[in-house]
Amino acid sequence: MRALDGERGGGQLRFGGRYSGSSFSELLDVDYAHLRPDMGRFSERDWKALSIPHGTTVLSFKFRDGVVMAGDRLATEGHRVASRDIQKVYATDGHSFVAIAGAAGPAIEMAKLLRVELEHYEKIEGESLELEGKANKLSQMIRQNLPMAMQGMVVVPLFAGYDLRRNAGRLWKYDVTGGRYEETEFEATGSGGLYASESLKKAYEPSLSRADSLRIAVQALTDAADEDRATGGVDLERGIYPNISFATKLGIERASDTEMDEVYRDIMARRRNGSGAPR
Amino acid sequence: MSMPFYVSPEQVMADKAEYARKGIARGKSSVTLEYDAGVLLMAENPSTLSKIGEIYDRVAFAGVGKFSEFDQLRKVGVRYADVKGYGYSREDVRAKALANAYSQAVGDIFTRELKPLEVEMLVAEVGDDNLAGHEKNAIYRVQFDGSISDHEGFCVIGGAAEELNNFLTSAYQVGLPLGEAARLGRSALQRAADGEPRVPPENLEVCLLERARPGRKFNRLSTEQVKELLGE
Repeated sequence: MRALDGERGGGQLRFGGRYSGSSFSELLDVDYAHLRPDMGRFSERDWKALSIPHGTTVLSFKFRDGVVMAGDRLATEGHRVASRDIQKVYATDGHSFVAIAGAAGPAIEMAKLLRVELEHYEKIEGESLELEGKANKLSQMIRQNLPMAMQGMVVVPLFAGYDLRRNAGRLWKYDVTGGRYEETEFEATGSGGLYASESLKKAYEPSLSRADSLRIAVQALTDAADEDRATGGVDLERGIYPNISFATKLGIERASDTEMDEVYRDIMARRRNGSGAPR
Repeated sequence: MSMPFYVSPEQVMADKAEYARKGIARGKSSVTLEYDAGVLLMAENPSTLSKIGEIYDRVAFAGVGKFSEFDQLRKVGVRYADVKGYGYSREDVRAKALANAYSQAVGDIFTRELKPLEVEMLVAEVGDDNLAGHEKNAIYRVQFDGSISDHEGFCVIGGAAEELNNFLTSAYQVGLPLGEAARLGRSALQRAADGEPRVPPENLEVCLLERARPGRKFNRLSTEQVKELLGE
């Protein structure tokens, strides 16, 4: 189909273009480079001198029916609050999600691109990628961000989902080079990640119910917010609650603010009356 | 130097059109109907190669004729939609713009190339009640020569399109529930199936654009779901 291949409509329509595979990011690289600015060319710039919003604590763990992903809502620019209600947990398709930590701009863009990438593949090929394939795709995106990461624009997401072939929840953490490590139980990352991990470690069991999972997720974020000034936790005054989602066989489900409110109040009440040990 | 024979432009176009029509008539037809909660796309298709596909959140595609050609057009449409939605916003991806782009591309090939595309396409969009100005459904038909038309309620593409569109003009009612729309669609396809008394559910490809579904509204039904829908 030769006539479809050329540029037409003064480059405006470009119906077709040169790329004919099933990856959206490759399509952008080949035919729509203007939508993929090459941030590497700014590498002379010291990004640390600029003030760029950073997202902080995100965590993920497996539970009885699948896998949980949670993140607080705070973004900071140095010691300043950049946003109190940023979203850090993004559904990438019907059974997987990504949680972002690090430089908010590139991280949010990466989550958006991953979602389009997975959707694009599914539509072009007529079937969806395996969960492992999705996790691997995210590795490549992080690797592409490496020049930026060297300048301080680090993006370290968590990726998790329900594997419909294996009938199990699975989760991965990443390093700045795109290194991908599958975790068997739980993982937390970002500035408050260490505190969240410690909190999860005490309360974690693989057979947790949904209710218990929600509880230890809120608890871990509360502990992280307690120790790390850049982590948000629950903000009752403004009515801002963490993003907590569950991926199960049935799909992705978000915990409601009402649920989290109840759980959080209960945790705090127990801590006040001295019965606050994890669960 | 030999002189090429002169052939009038009318003759060239008529020959190409005849060639394309013949190619399209060899394949089976595809029916699209609006029902009370969305848009139903249906094709007689015993193979596992799809004639109907998802383009974007609210937009779907149906093609008839030569598979390799309309499937390539479908993929081109997905690329167009995804790039547009990524560069602007998801709400900016509309069936009308896509159908126009198809019309340009297919029309261009019809005039320039020796062999026209042996395809006919349909682009359907389901309305969104939460998006002011976008509440209505839209159905566009693009033919092998690039001619484009918009349709309300229903549209048939393929060899028997004219006959079936006439049939639906008298049989179609606004606001049909899904089950009735599906039965009506099948009875239309059955008229086109030469000699075959009925099209079994296994040979039906049925996809929906469901108004109430959040996000991506496209839903491909399994054979079991189709059977249930048809009440079998």
